[in-house]
Order: sequence, then C-alpha cells, then structure tokens
Amino acid sequence: MSKRKSTSAVILATTVALTASACGSGSNSSGGKDDVKLGFAISALNQPFMVQMKKGAEAEAKAQGASLSVQDAQEDASQQANQVQNFTSQNVKSIIINPVDSDAAGPSVKAAGNAKIPVIAADRGVNKAKVEATVASDNVEGGKMAAKSLAEQLGGKGEILHLRGQVGTSSSRERAKGFTEGLKNYPDIKVVSKQPADFQRAKGLDVTTNVLQSHPDLDGIFAENDEMALGAAKALGAKAGGDIKLVGFDGTPEAIKAVKKGSISSTVAQQPAELGKMAVRNAMRVVEGNPVDPQIKVPVKVVTKKNADRFS
Amino acid sequence: MAIDTQPGHRLDKRPGGNGTPPVVRRILLDNGALSALVVMVVAMTFMSGDFLSTQNLLNVGVQAAVTAILAFGVTFAIVSGGIDLSVGSVAAFSAVMLGWFTTTEGMPVFLGVLLAILTGTACGLVNGLLISYGKLPPFIATLAMLSAARGLGLVVSDGTPITLPESMSWVGQTLGEWLPVPVLVMIGMGLITAVVLQRTYSGRSMYAIGGNEEAAHLSGIRVPRQKLVIYALVGTFAAVAGIVLATRLASAQPQAATGYELDAIAAVVIGGASLAGGVGKASGTLIGALILAVLRNGLNLLDVSAFWQQVVIGAVIALAVLLDTLRRRA
Repeated sequence: MSKRKSTSAVILATTVALTASACGSGSNSSGGKDDVKLGFAISALNQPFMVQMKKGAEAEAKAQGASLSVQDAQEDASQQANQVQNFTSQNVKSIIINPVDSDAAGPSVKAAGNAKIPVIAADRGVNKAKVEATVASDNVEGGKMAAKSLAEQLGGKGEILHLRGQVGTSSSRERAKGFTEGLKNYPDIKVVSKQPADFQRAKGLDVTTNVLQSHPDLDGIFAENDEMALGAAKALGAKAGGDIKLVGFDGTPEAIKAVKKGSISSTVAQQPAELGKMAVRNAMRVVEGNPVDPQIKVPVKVVTKKNADRFS
Repeated sequence: MAIDTQPGHRLDKRPGGNGTPPVVRRILLDNGALSALVVMVVAMTFMSGDFLSTQNLLNVGVQAAVTAILAFGVTFAIVSGGIDLSVGSVAAFSAVMLGWFTTTEGMPVFLGVLLAILTGTACGLVNGLLISYGKLPPFIATLAMLSAARGLGLVVSDGTPITLPESMSWVGQTLGEWLPVPVLVMIGMGLITAVVLQRTYSGRSMYAIGGNEEAAHLSGIRVPRQKLVIYALVGTFAAVAGIVLATRLASAQPQAATGYELDAIAAVVIGGASLAGGVGKASGTLIGALILAVLRNGLNLLDVSAFWQQVVIGAVIALAVLLDTLRRRA
C-alpha cells in the first residue's frame, strides 16, 4: 500500500514539475518598465504561418518592454474560449485574439469587454463583439492579385486547376471569392477542376497527381495556400513553374525559396510577422490610452522571382 | 521469437491463387472488402477514362502507402483488442526527428533513419508501458501520446517544416522508371505484418489476447510483456510511415499526418478486423487502405465537389463494412 502511495506521489510531483517547466518556457516575460501583461490567444501553432505571427508579436512585445503570454488553441474554438476567459481572470492589460472561428470567439471576447479589457483581433475578425481593432491581411484582394498574376503568366488563356483549402474556413472562402472575381477579366482562362486539399502539402501532392491524370493538358494551378502549392510543385516535378504555372498564397519562407528557384511561379505574400507586430503595437497603443484605427489592413504583395529577395 | 505450434486459429490463404473462375468467386465471397474494392475499380473504370492506366494505378499505390503502413501497425493493436490513436502524431514526430538528425545534427542518412525509427519504437514502448503496467485503457494511453508526440514534434522543429537533405528524396521517388519506393516499402511492411501475425509467438499471442485476455493469461502468455511488444511494433510502423511521408514531400512537417489515425483505423476495419479483437489480417488491411486511396483518387478524377467528397467517403466506409457484416451473417 505504501509503495503505491509513494508511486502516486512521484507521479504527482512529476506532473507538477512538468507543468511548471512548460509554463516557464511558454510565457515570455521580459520584465520591462511597467511590465505590461498582454495575452495572445492564437488559433493553432501547427502552421508555419501562425508561428511567424507569434514570432513577430513576441519581438514587438520585447521591443515595447511588455510581457506576452501566448496560448495555443489547437484549432479548437471552445479551448480558445477558455483561454480568453483565463486571460480575463488574470487581468491582463489587453488580449490579442487570433480566432479559431470568428463567430465562436464572440461570447468570450464580449466577456473580456465587460471586464474592461481591450481586445485586438489578429488575422481573422471577431463577430458580434466589440474589438478595439482588427489587424488582418485582405484575403479577397489577395485572391484577385493571385488571379491577375496567374493570368498574366499564362498570357490570358489556358486550363487551370484551383486547389481549395479546408472547406468552410473563411480564409478559403475569401481567397476563392477574390480569385474567381479576378478571373472574370480573363474569359479565356478556364478552371477545369476545383478540388479540396485541406491546406495540406501531402494532399496538395496527391490531388494534383490525380488531376493531372484527368487533365494532362493543364496550363496553370492556383493553390489557396503555399503548403498546397509546395505539394503541387512536387507533383509537377520538372514542369513546376515552367510548363505549368503555379501560384500560391501566404509567402511562407519555404515558398519564397521555391519562387526564387522557379518551381513556384509566384505567391501572394501575407506578412504574418507584420500581423503579429501590428497587433501588439496597437494593443499597446490602446493600453496607453491612444486612439487606434478599427480596421488595420496589413498589405499583401505578389512575390515573383524578380522581387523575392526582398521577402526573405 | 520462437515459432509456435498453431493454437486453434485458422490460417487463411492470402487471396490471389490460380485464376480459375470458381476460385475467384470463392475468394470474393470469402472476403467482403476485396469484393468492395473490385466493385469500386470496375465502377471507376466505367466512370472515368483516366482511371485504368498504369500511371494512375501506381499513383493510387503511392497514395495508399502511408495510410497502409500506419494501418498495418494499427492492425496489431486492434487484433489484440486494443487501439492506437497516436500513430499520426508519432509518424510526424519521427519524421521531424529524422529531419533534425540529418540536417541540424548533420548525421548520415542511414543513422538518421535508424534513430527516427527508434523514436517511433520508443513512443510505442511508452504507450505499452502505460497500458501494461500503468493499467491505462489503450484508448486513453494512446490519446495522451497523440497529444504529447504532436507537441514534441513542434518543440523539436520549432513549428516550422524541416527540408530534408537532397540525398534522401529518392525514398519518395521511383526506382528506375516505374517502381515507386513508397509502394515497395508498403509491400515490405505488409509482408512483415503477415509474417508477424501468422508465424510468430507474438502474433499468435495477439489473437489470443484479443480473443480472451483472461484465457490468454491463464494459458501462460505473459500478457503485459506481449502488449509492450505490440505497441512498440505499432510505434515502429508509424515511424516508417512518417519517414515515407516526409521523403515524398522532401520535408519533415510537424503538422503532417493529422487525423491519419482515423484513416488507419478505417482501413483496418474495412479490411475485416473486429474492434472487439481477435480478428484481422494484413491482406485485409491492405485492401482497406487501397479502397480509401481508390476512392480519393476517383473523387479527384471525377471532379466531385468538395462538400460532397466527405459525404461519399463516409458512405463508402459504412457500405464496405456493411457488405462484410452481411456476408458473415449469410
């Protein structure tokens, strides 16, 4: 019996130690002048894009002498609601939320507002609750730019494949909307196949391989994110960026490298680090009592071989 | 591992014997999953002119490989009456370790591959320890590993994909003009699975434990030790799948293979294994994985709408298993 007790004591102690050390490495307290505490609830850290955004936010917090606690919701909206609630009860000075789901984030953001904690939305907006500012890149505009870039490289005509992201997400919807609108100016470009690859590289590779069987004469591909574009480039092999033009979206470091190499023709770069930075900067402005612009658009840019050096 | 004399389980012949019609018919009637696969292939051939080409069939094989290798491993867990939910995460974690060893640490490729596989084995051993000696239900132990291994992968890679050295990419490519390496690895792992299940003491123990754990214990099988072997094997297979996936993409990604555990379980169950344990075969699992791959390939070829694809996949999984249950009852 006593042996069992000591075993459970060891397990308990290990759990406590693990939790404590994990918390220690997680929160990034830099101990500035007033040590302003900010909370950053991020949707998912399993995507390079979000990791970049986190890094930008952390750098800006350090520069401003604030301490930033980052929580990862792992694409789970209810977990994110709990995290925002925890920030609220910890009485942080401001909360930055990168919503898993714009609607689901509403109630917890409203609760933070009732506790007089200002909230900034990053990358995606929050519905039915007041935020001080929304810092986002323009996905619809980006989709239009992608259409224009692809169309110009094809000389205004050809058959293309449109790789969709995770169906039902706002980023996929908006990028597709912008892309379809942008293509209206180019009546000779035909979308011969529109298939989902869930924003994943492995699926981008498989779906492109499959579509090449039914449409071997493909001239171009638009992928709603760079991960799928990198997968498509793998499927196209030597044809990637040459015989078959390939346009991605996001501007991740790996995709920029591929643009330089020529296997991706162009990508619409968001600036995730800039998004994180602007979110923290505006949170600090609100904390210090300065006015902020309610809609802050971080510009998107088309990256081609010519200007790729400026993005890495 | 000693080759045990046969305790009561019937050795089914793998399908595919000599091609006379009555034999074919008997095999099809004997194996619901195989008939489902045949029906799908015939249907796809009629619906899309691009389906039945050598290139496309090889594509299907390559696309089935990762799921199939994961599913072979999960077969061990399911046959023994357990489950492993952590295979997708362990695959990604092992792949990330491969990337880390070969790039950041600059190790030679063969050593990196070996250590990556050992990473998977280690994760599996932890699962096994929690299940055997911690008395956790397999569902819970591997659910914990699903989260922990995913997290470790993110920690090691700092959340960003690791580009693999050029010297590794051949694993994801073809040998010569035609032979895709992932398919060869899949076949190799399938043969290992069949041999382990049918010809080794551990394999026989899996059926015994899955059939009746108490009886297996009373008949002298060291159940806890065998469970360690089972989950270590599952982890090892997951690592191999992770390596194949990473080499196909030439990149080790911490977020890869998310949700693949469900595909693997589906493949095993479509292949005729019972979640109650005691039943399951390597050939069935392979067919299950091929059914899923043919389906995804076909949906792309036919340009089916994104929303409907998920409905169709669900329906086919249900139908394939239903066909098998009906056949058994008849």
